[in-house]
Amino acid sequence: MTDATQSGPMLAADGTPLKKSLARSLRRRKLRALALIAPLLLFVLLSFVIPIVSMLFRSVENGIVSQTLPLTVVELQNWDAESGELPDEALYAAFAKDMVAAIDAKEHTKLGSRLNYEQTGMSSMFRQSGRKIKRLDPEADAPFKEKLIEIHDGWGDVNIWRVIKTHAVPITNGYFLNAVDMQRTPEGAQAQPEDKRILIKLFGRTLFMSLIITGSCILLAYPISYLLANLPMRVSNMLMILVLLPFWTSLLVRTSAWKVMLQQQGVINETLVWLGFVADDARLVIINNQFGTIIAMTHILLPFMILPMYSVMQTIPPTYTRAAKSMGATNWTTFWRIYFPQSIPGIGAGSILVFILAIGYYITPEIVGGTKGVFISNRIAYHISSSLNWGLAAALGTILLAVVLLLYWCYDKIVGIDNVKLG
Amino acid sequence: MAALTPISRKPLSVVLPTVAIAGGFLGMFVGAGQDNVLLGIVIGAALMAGLAWLYINVLDNERVARWITILGLAAIGFFFAGITGLIVGLLAGWFFAFFIFWLYEGRYRQKLLPYMTAGQVLWHYTFRVICGAIFVFLITPILVVLPLSFNAQDFFTFTPEMLRLDPEGYSLKHYRDFFTNNEWQRSFKNSLIIAPIATVISVTLGTLAAIGLSQSHVPGRRAIMGILISPMIVPLIISATGMFFFYSDIGRFLEGTLGMNKNFVGYVKVVLAHAVLGIPFVIITVTATLVGFDQSLTRAAANMGAGPVRTFFKIQMPLILPGVISGGLFAFITSFDEVVVVLFVGSASQKTLPWQMFTGLREQISPTILAVATILVVISIALLTTVELLRRRSERLRGLTPA
Repeated sequence: MTDATQSGPMLAADGTPLKKSLARSLRRRKLRALALIAPLLLFVLLSFVIPIVSMLFRSVENGIVSQTLPLTVVELQNWDAESGELPDEALYAAFAKDMVAAIDAKEHTKLGSRLNYEQTGMSSMFRQSGRKIKRLDPEADAPFKEKLIEIHDGWGDVNIWRVIKTHAVPITNGYFLNAVDMQRTPEGAQAQPEDKRILIKLFGRTLFMSLIITGSCILLAYPISYLLANLPMRVSNMLMILVLLPFWTSLLVRTSAWKVMLQQQGVINETLVWLGFVADDARLVIINNQFGTIIAMTHILLPFMILPMYSVMQTIPPTYTRAAKSMGATNWTTFWRIYFPQSIPGIGAGSILVFILAIGYYITPEIVGGTKGVFISNRIAYHISSSLNWGLAAALGTILLAVVLLLYWCYDKIVGIDNVKLG
Repeated sequence: MAALTPISRKPLSVVLPTVAIAGGFLGMFVGAGQDNVLLGIVIGAALMAGLAWLYINVLDNERVARWITILGLAAIGFFFAGITGLIVGLLAGWFFAFFIFWLYEGRYRQKLLPYMTAGQVLWHYTFRVICGAIFVFLITPILVVLPLSFNAQDFFTFTPEMLRLDPEGYSLKHYRDFFTNNEWQRSFKNSLIIAPIATVISVTLGTLAAIGLSQSHVPGRRAIMGILISPMIVPLIISATGMFFFYSDIGRFLEGTLGMNKNFVGYVKVVLAHAVLGIPFVIITVTATLVGFDQSLTRAAANMGAGPVRTFFKIQMPLILPGVISGGLFAFITSFDEVVVVLFVGSASQKTLPWQMFTGLREQISPTILAVATILVVISIALLTTVELLRRRSERLRGLTPA
């Protein structure tokens, strides 16, 4: 030992300094580990993370106006939207030129439907005037102002030009404003008219119902987990099957089972009528409303609450409660002061997991929720597949994702993602 | 220890009212069948209390009393409701014969600690009943589906024939429909194509990554783990939306530029999308198995001259195999059960079983769904059993005490 320190740095077998040799082997191990992870990481990044990020980008992207009407957008800069007067001939000429080009490329209807989200009626206006503008010649037919107004009254409406000017920016906050029931106007962000404000309410309902579902899951899961954690292993393993079977059963099977149970002619109503608790003509309405969604989702998410709670409760030593009792604590004090505080990590882990899953649920609300029991996800799906307002869908999705990621971060801090257990 | 608790007979003033309440509860159901609930409750309560009094004061022979109750109630049940009534009567008779003596002899204290007060004993059993009710809530919806799938009618509810256990009320026609209907068969076949391939992809990549992650000194381990688990956390509708845009671009590229078959590209898209969704499950289960893996085994193998590949297949793989398989089963069920993403990414020719069920539930409700549901429940029972057996095997292999 002393010899080595005296004669310079310690050497490895091949003559390089030991420190260097160790560092090299450590680096090699790191690289090997990364090489094992790399294919999967790339796969997930490419086919999951990037698609989602690019979807998020759609919520602010708004190139369509400036791409379809490039000359008009330049001219609109010179027009004072506040003046209350129509734009001058130069703008109409630019617009006619743009439109003729757009009609050739069949882009004008797309622009029409984009602007229709902001001002109802613009879609048909673009379609109708498109057919006539096609026949105009951008050089010979000047001046255009009167001709265009003749083709469609809308081109003589200051409001229409104001809408086009407002939404001519390539990056817009308009979709996000729409997502929180506001709109982008020349005067800045303003609240939507009373009858169009549905999304804030829907967000509120999603949060509220997710909270109720989480709450009822806690209430139902706590006794079960307590029982499972305190029974002898052999019995609790048998009972665990009753928890795991629903967990492994297809989501659609459970949802259809609830449809069978909750219908007007369903099992629950039939039994209640048979027992005489409910009159035949006054059957309970427990499906296609919030109640249906809450009860079905509580059932579906209950295993996700029981499993983390159970694994925490298993580690609580029974000697603590016995010690408390031997020192004169009542049953209630023992539970509340000794057992319950130790089980809180389980409640926390389960609650966050259930809440995260509940807030983004789509299938079950769609089938048993009717119109009153749907979540924000159903609205997103509607905008993607029916109304085709993808920008708004992306904005709603971004907000939902932000909430979920925040909760995910909390979950990681409290529980740690490494500690997630399945089955 | 607990079995040593001394037990003593309880006074009639406790036994009779309790038995009467239980009897009234049973009477309520019988009464409901005869359209007179109130009368049913009264008769049931009186009958049971009377029987209890008779057994305790006059008969005093538990074995005889048990047979009297079981046969008597079975006869009453058969008289009112045929075969179904007979079965219910047998079960009820068995319960009451047990219940009366359980209370009277004080057997309910036998397995409890001797110093528990009456209130504590009552709470103990109330708690059991509450838990039982929650278990019923958990399992009933699944159990209800099973008999309904044999319904001879096209209803989603129990017909009188079914309740009478009349063979006329049952049939296999919904199963026949499932196995002969082209739509269902095609979607079933699609599910069987897509799920295994997606599982193989996620298991291969996932296992490699989990082995990498389990080594010490991985830079940015937490962040990588966060990214790899995220497909499980991000709401499906958002993943589906993102993939919808992404895969339609990819699909256009593959079909347009490379000139691939449209149908084939459709399958590739769905398989890749499902593979991503299954990855978190593989990562979680395999990392959990690797926590107990003894790294000195690989060092020993290397010491004896095995290369990394040989070490992996001969030493590491057999030991972590149970974790890999159960991760694979999770990935399989995720893909097999997935609707949202396939709804957005796939086209009609990739229609999977859950998709078909989803449209069936939303639009025209056909009872074939219940037959499919039953088949899926049977599959999930098989998977659950496999996972449970694997978990035990894994714990045994790793030298932990089997649970």
